[in-house]
Amino acid sequence: MTTPTQARRPGAAPTRTRTGAGRLPSTLAIGWSRVGIELRQFFRERDAVIFIFAYPIIMLAIFATVFGQDDGRVGPPPGIPFAQYFLPGMVATGVMLSSFQNLAITIASERDDGGLKRLRATPMPATSYFLGKVGQVLLTSIVQAALLLVVAATLFDVPMPDTAGRWWTFVWIFALGTATGCVCGIGFSAVPRSGRAASAVVTPVVLVLQFISGVFFQYDQLPTWMQQVASLFPLKWMAQGMRSVFLPEGAEAGEVSGSWEHGATAAVLLAYLVVGLVLGVRTFRWRRRDDG
Amino acid sequence: MTSSDSPATDAAVVVRGLRKSYGSKHAVDGLDLTVERGEVVAILGPNGAGKTTTVEILEGFRDRDAGEVSVLGVDPATAGRSWRARIGVVLQTMNDQAELTVGELVRHFARYYPDPRDPAELIEAVGLTDKIGTRTRQLSGGQRRRLDVALGIVGHPELLFLDEPTTGFDPQARRSFWDLVAGLRDAGTTILLTTHYLDEAEQLADRVAVVRDGRLVALGAPHELGGPEARRAVVRWSEPAAEGGPPRPRQERTATPTAFVRALAARLGAGPGDEIPDLQVVRPSLEDVYLGLIGEPAATGPVMATAALDGEPS
Repeated sequence: MTTPTQARRPGAAPTRTRTGAGRLPSTLAIGWSRVGIELRQFFRERDAVIFIFAYPIIMLAIFATVFGQDDGRVGPPPGIPFAQYFLPGMVATGVMLSSFQNLAITIASERDDGGLKRLRATPMPATSYFLGKVGQVLLTSIVQAALLLVVAATLFDVPMPDTAGRWWTFVWIFALGTATGCVCGIGFSAVPRSGRAASAVVTPVVLVLQFISGVFFQYDQLPTWMQQVASLFPLKWMAQGMRSVFLPEGAEAGEVSGSWEHGATAAVLLAYLVVGLVLGVRTFRWRRRDDG
Repeated sequence: MTSSDSPATDAAVVVRGLRKSYGSKHAVDGLDLTVERGEVVAILGPNGAGKTTTVEILEGFRDRDAGEVSVLGVDPATAGRSWRARIGVVLQTMNDQAELTVGELVRHFARYYPDPRDPAELIEAVGLTDKIGTRTRQLSGGQRRRLDVALGIVGHPELLFLDEPTTGFDPQARRSFWDLVAGLRDAGTTILLTTHYLDEAEQLADRVAVVRDGRLVALGAPHELGGPEARRAVVRWSEPAAEGGPPRPRQERTATPTAFVRALAARLGAGPGDEIPDLQVVRPSLEDVYLGLIGEPAATGPVMATAALDGEPS
């Protein structure tokens, strides 16, 4: 009651005249700004840093140390040193965690806590939002893979690829895998019913795929039915493609099909990319399900 | 009331015959509302009256089933980025962006707009300068809300939506929040706010729109709401019992309390020096008027509600 009502001037207040010249910032500029914001948010979440960023590096260190004792080797003699056999699966896992698991969980949380709705109320273009997400994933997973390779090479003496052909295979599988993981992660973020359920829903999916896709075990020694199930999902193909990068010449003889199947790898990843994109575009929501 | 031609485009908000149903529930059922530029309008109503649905249609978050809507001359259902740059939205309480600091958020959101406010000045204006490096998860409820407002107005909006801005505030935080909104109002920002609090509406709004069951039931300045009928005075007194029993409390609503009391004094035989026992003349408060408008059950209606405070109703 301190402000008397008669002091108001309904409708009489001067309407602010806009200077007019101001133009909307470009989608790309806002997208770049989003990358910075996304990176800060990612690295400030301790859970994300441990279970998404550091996880493959930690697992490589543990597995290589435990199974690599006494010169542990995989496959028919002379065999492949365990750390070398294990590294490709960890690279593939890193790609999947940084893209799929990361986006599925963070977007589900942002939708649930209203962050997406807040953004939707601003002139930020949707494309900028996704540019920010993809940029964050790309930068994070590149650093993650680099660290993984450095640890493997320096601490566990894993030989790095020595031909341009192998590096090219690494690059296209890494890029295609990341793109597919991003698209599927964005789509899958619609599945958890709340932000709190997001980790509980997404993490087991990723964990089961790791077990059946030959990340933790030697793929060719898994039961046939499990191999068949795993072949339906991208992680198996990414791991296999990465083995073609890091395992020695002739190691494809140890694969189930006896070859690296690069064509099939590209086809499966592309199929997931396209289907995920179509589904994601159709189902993406800025608001919670119970918010109308 | 409802004209068939398209809404006038000079007002900040024009709503005609707005309808929105969820299944068989009519959340908004033929609502009309006009908000002039530079005006502050508060939408009051009980939970489920359709306040938030209405505002979210105006903000472009929801589609409508029927009716005409114009916000800053544009239909929110088809409006694009340049329209979003002209409005500001402060949604109901949220806990998003927890890991970013006040300064980071305001500076980042400023990049979305063609003509943003200076982030440092804005943070100063909402009183968060000493929290500029604090992550939002560490802010109090009131500080969080000030940050929400800062993010809502960083683009210099012509029209600001505030959805239940002070729910859960302590009285001091509400008071300083009101000062903040009053400052925006004085600078000419058109504001449409929803609230549960009558004192908030009275404090901030030029006009109050009362919504019930998805319809506008009253619209006017806070001190005129409901019209003269809803604001009729209540006269209370004690009527001496005929055969020496205890006096009985009585009350009557009247448009002419002075004449009523004069007649009452004559009827009770009170001389110029006598008092009518327990005489009171009470004008309904905004709350009384509001409760009458939203059709609270008679037992808690305007007259009885206040009478009950004084003791036994008649």
